[in-house]
Amino acid sequence: MSKTAKDHAGLAADFNKDPERVSWHDETLWWVRAKRDKAAQGIPEWEALRETASGIKAHTLSNLSAYLEAFEKAAIANGAIVHWAADAAEHNEIVLSLLRKAKADRMMKSKSMLTEECHLNDFLKARGVETIDTDLGERIVQLLDEPPSHIVLPAIHRKKEEIGVLFHKHLDTPEGSADPQLLTHAARLNLRDVFLTRNVALTGVNFAIAETGEFVVCTNEGNADMGAHLADIHIAAMGIEKLIPKREHLGFFLRLLTRSATGQPITTYSSHFKKPRAGQELHIILVDNGRSVQLGREDFRSSLKCIRCGACMNTCPVYRRSGGHSYHTAVAGPIGSILAPNLDMEKYADLPFASTLCGSCTNVCPVKIDIHEQLYKWRQVIVKNGYSGKLKTASMKGMAFVLSKPRVFNFSGKAGRWVLKHAPFIVNNALNPWYKQRDMPEPPAESFHQWYSKNRGKRS
Amino acid sequence: MRVGLFIPCYVDQFYPQVAIATLELLEKLGVEVGFPLKQTCCGQPMANSGYEHLTGGCNALFTELFAEFDYVVSPSGSCTLHVKEHLHVDGSEAAAKSVRSRIYELTEFLTDVLKIEHLRARFPYRVSMHQACHGQRGLHLSQMSELVAAPYSKPERLLKMVDGLQLVPLTRPDECCGFGGTFCVTEEAVSARVGQDRIADHEQSGTEYITSADMSCLMHLEGILRRKNSPVRVRHIAEILNAE
Repeated sequence: MSKTAKDHAGLAADFNKDPERVSWHDETLWWVRAKRDKAAQGIPEWEALRETASGIKAHTLSNLSAYLEAFEKAAIANGAIVHWAADAAEHNEIVLSLLRKAKADRMMKSKSMLTEECHLNDFLKARGVETIDTDLGERIVQLLDEPPSHIVLPAIHRKKEEIGVLFHKHLDTPEGSADPQLLTHAARLNLRDVFLTRNVALTGVNFAIAETGEFVVCTNEGNADMGAHLADIHIAAMGIEKLIPKREHLGFFLRLLTRSATGQPITTYSSHFKKPRAGQELHIILVDNGRSVQLGREDFRSSLKCIRCGACMNTCPVYRRSGGHSYHTAVAGPIGSILAPNLDMEKYADLPFASTLCGSCTNVCPVKIDIHEQLYKWRQVIVKNGYSGKLKTASMKGMAFVLSKPRVFNFSGKAGRWVLKHAPFIVNNALNPWYKQRDMPEPPAESFHQWYSKNRGKRS
Repeated sequence: MRVGLFIPCYVDQFYPQVAIATLELLEKLGVEVGFPLKQTCCGQPMANSGYEHLTGGCNALFTELFAEFDYVVSPSGSCTLHVKEHLHVDGSEAAAKSVRSRIYELTEFLTDVLKIEHLRARFPYRVSMHQACHGQRGLHLSQMSELVAAPYSKPERLLKMVDGLQLVPLTRPDECCGFGGTFCVTEEAVSARVGQDRIADHEQSGTEYITSADMSCLMHLEGILRRKNSPVRVRHIAEILNAE
């Protein structure tokens, strides 16, 4: 994504220019959150499941290098070809080299947030390779020439009427039709052609098992399977944090993932890949791209436990009213706001502040990442590294001075209340963001300090 | 038992009636309450903005003023949580730690320390409860809708002791109000929108008074209510528990 001029607050303000869309976005995602609650309530041992999954991830991250080597060894023994990519650029080059070797200028791709993070589509497009996203939501945003706004529901910011217009333009559906069944069927026919004519399929990876060299891809549409089974070359791209030690650990995560994401008991397709079929090549790309740096940040290490369910987005009061694009990064919402500053602290300095620190994200997280506490900690790191504005620093220093000096505090309070009472126009104007949509509090005649001194002074 | 009353800076300046109600309520329950006059603020506005390193002055003052009390009680879940999690003083860490372990939010103090079973209070109105996030998810004043766990609510248990009070339910029982400290001005559009949505939920409940254990949320919600000339009012829970 190109560097955006507006920060989260500015982009969120833009999103709020259409209040009806905000209502619809909020209610749609709250409905998903409610489905998640219902699914979780159906599992009496839910909290123990979260605790266990969190523990498995903590253990894996603490021994990541050993598990990565074990996975590589097992995958090679299975007949897969394993590649290591230090960053997004290396990952993209590996994919390109595999395409060039196969003399392919077309590729199909199932959902992979990692390739969004690496901006793979743009990279390949600039080099003459056409990528078709086969996940319906991803296909929609691809046709819109937009990034996904949500990691599980990529086109959740768009209404079905808008999809109707889009599909009429690209897939020749009848003009004015917004019937979901008709639109889905048109996408299905179009993608069927893609599946049959592309020879290279890239998939993401939800879980990779160190013990066996297998990996699991979860989709609701079966599109990863359609691609991987029909293509001669299957490329699986995964972040190095996707590992779990053993096959027996998988059950914990599969039970948590979709219940947290959409309220389904399990994804429609949880596809296990182990070895290439006869004549097929299976490539696995292990991508670092900042993950080992994050692993070294003690306060933020556990963010790598994330299994990309999106529950923190659905529950976030800010995300629901600001839209995924306001986060100007591949992974939006609360989890994105603690991952992105690791990649570029300056560019994403606004994101840890795009939160009320309400803590709901931490409570829905299936692997118990303390997201809101990490948002607070990132704020401290960003300020210490000089990525907050000079004006803000000056006002904070002023505030710290007033609040550490009782006399100054009481004088300032008195002055402030005097202004509110006698010259309210000083604060009740367009320059005060509070006043834009809210009235100021009615200033009382005296502070509690004054009341107390008058009424109880002798007793203190 | 000597209790030090900590009144958040904005309550001191804008809502003295909340502080008076807290003081009177505690005294009514037989507690000896002291109010150190030199108190200012817990330092949260700076810390949540990323400037925790500037809160040394506030922390030292806070620790010095409240070290002598058996308990520190505050009518704010948010400020209490901040002190509990972030009060550190170079050179006086033992004293700071001791204060951290002895600070209680008001409804928590009434429930867990005083173990109140009855109250002499009357408030004959329909009341809806705004669960302030820091009190709920930070101090665990009540069960959280995200968790698979038995429900409870310390503030609601106390409200049920109030004569004539009718608690009315919300469709989203514990969604954030969007205040978020400095977030309310730095992210004005989202903050106001979240608040307007909460207000709509409270209004559909048929409430007459919105209450909460945190006045900051209520200040934000009150600002929105007054802008739209809504008949709904806000009352801090201390004012209701102290009403006769």
